[in-house]
Amino acid sequence: MEKNENIKKIENFALAVRKNILEMAVSAGASSAHFGGALSITEIVSTLFAHQMKIDKKNPSWEERDRFILSKGHACLAYYGALCEIGYISKQELQTFEKNDTNLLGHPVINRKLGIDFSNGSLGMGLSLGIGVAISSKRKNKEFNVYVIVGDGECNEGSVWEAAMAAPNFKLNNLYVIVDKNNFQQTGSNKEIMNVENLKDKWSSFGWDTTELNGHNIKELYNYFQESQKIMKPKAIIANTVKGKGFSFSENNNDWHHSVLTKSFYEKALKELLKN
Amino acid sequence: MDISDRNIKMWSTIGSRATFGLAALELAKEIDNLMVLTCDVSTSAGLDRFRKTYPNKYLDLGIAEQNMIGVAAGLASENFNVITTTFAPFQSIRCCEQIKVNIGYMKQKVCMVGIASGLALGTLGFTHCCIEDVGILRTIPGITIISPADSLETVKAIEAAVKSENSSYIRLTGSSNNPIVYNKDYKFEIGKSITLKEGKDITIFCAGAMVYKSLEAAKILDKKNISTKVVNMHTIKPIDTNAIRDACNSKLIVSIEEHNIIGGLGSAIAEYKSSLKESPKQLILGIKDTYSKGGSYKFLEEKHRLIPEKIVEDIVKKID
Repeated sequence: MEKNENIKKIENFALAVRKNILEMAVSAGASSAHFGGALSITEIVSTLFAHQMKIDKKNPSWEERDRFILSKGHACLAYYGALCEIGYISKQELQTFEKNDTNLLGHPVINRKLGIDFSNGSLGMGLSLGIGVAISSKRKNKEFNVYVIVGDGECNEGSVWEAAMAAPNFKLNNLYVIVDKNNFQQTGSNKEIMNVENLKDKWSSFGWDTTELNGHNIKELYNYFQESQKIMKPKAIIANTVKGKGFSFSENNNDWHHSVLTKSFYEKALKELLKN
Repeated sequence: MDISDRNIKMWSTIGSRATFGLAALELAKEIDNLMVLTCDVSTSAGLDRFRKTYPNKYLDLGIAEQNMIGVAAGLASENFNVITTTFAPFQSIRCCEQIKVNIGYMKQKVCMVGIASGLALGTLGFTHCCIEDVGILRTIPGITIISPADSLETVKAIEAAVKSENSSYIRLTGSSNNPIVYNKDYKFEIGKSITLKEGKDITIFCAGAMVYKSLEAAKILDKKNISTKVVNMHTIKPIDTNAIRDACNSKLIVSIEEHNIIGGLGSAIAEYKSSLKESPKQLILGIKDTYSKGGSYKFLEEKHRLIPEKIVEDIVKKID
């Protein structure tokens, strides 16, 4: 019963995050927004923020909180959307997305008050940060976990694999990496640009406990996080996702990697969102 | 640290790298949240004892400098006081973008120590020499750059940088048996240059291993009736603008660095000098924007005219 309620709560959270994504994208107007890669991580981010992560809604700097790092920083629409639902970012502030002097640029900028613990945007850097944070949790005898989201395209970066090699070496069972496998990168499919197949084998061979699941299936995500806490290794989740998930015009359409959400597309998207 | 005659001599004998290891060992005693990160260079950085004495304050990231900087920033974000170290090219250039994003842009506080910078590893070729680090890191906002003159100043600089709130890059030059510039304790302050010798005709600004060479050159110049002031510009960023203004009374300003003449100490001085209404000409001595054939440290210093006699020749030529 509790489980069903939790899943329902996450589903509602995800719906609200998607709506926030639309609001920010349309307000950004001609400056464009990274739409597709935010929609592919919406359920992952929602499961983490609505349920999985220990957070204090009143105190973004609570020392015992679980840490979150969006290594694929361009997907920040989903991140900001979730921080808004937590109450760290106001609806009004969401409207400042990509505006002059905003706190909410097109890649996250560290802002502890808003719950943004790190600046990200240059790909391949977040997992290393996560290792540093996970080591500090161990050395200070804290219990918090660290969750890092990387993209499948991001896995082209060599520095991802430097970090992948290091985490098992330090026995960081408090570290999760979630690979958003939406099969696309900026200018084409992974297959066209740089093949990153067999990601599960790759992460396993580096010494991670590795699972593959449907990154839009909240139940699967929920169950995995519940069960994986006991595993004494760093954990990699290959989350199969759909870039642009949720809207007929954007799903698996890489034109929506970084584009302008016009008023008409916004209205179309809103209708589709409410229908589901 | 105990700044005794005996220790000053010992530090000079073992060189700045090994001295850094000893300094870290001392700092670990008083700084509870210190963390030292290396990339498979603990021996080269004099950290073997540190590694054994403080396993909980030491992390070896293997040969992966980009990851090291990220891990350092992650630790810094959790209030660890982090030192990273490896050979200068790998500490500064290999992980340059990680430094930009994590330490510059995100302002996570880390003290980076680039060992064996300049020409010290000349027999290993220019993969291991480092004549670019200051130029590259100087363009990243928020990073203090210090180039200590000798082993004692290395001790002083590391302590100051670790206790400072700002991130820093400490550029270690010279090898073992490096000459002593400071034979007794003195006041070291980040950003405040030190006049080592007065003189009224010309002013030499120098840093790192070039400080001793400059003092030697100044002795020869004095004998030639060119009264030479020598200023140890240990902090290259932020540059000591007061000292540059003072030097404008000289007939010539000379900068001497074991670095490319582009981007380093000479450039930093020239950038400020260009804003002054009146200032003397500047002679920038260093490696003239080239990768030469390699060889011993001594051989390369001579080849690049960074020994007292050649420095004097170049200065006299400029004055004439």
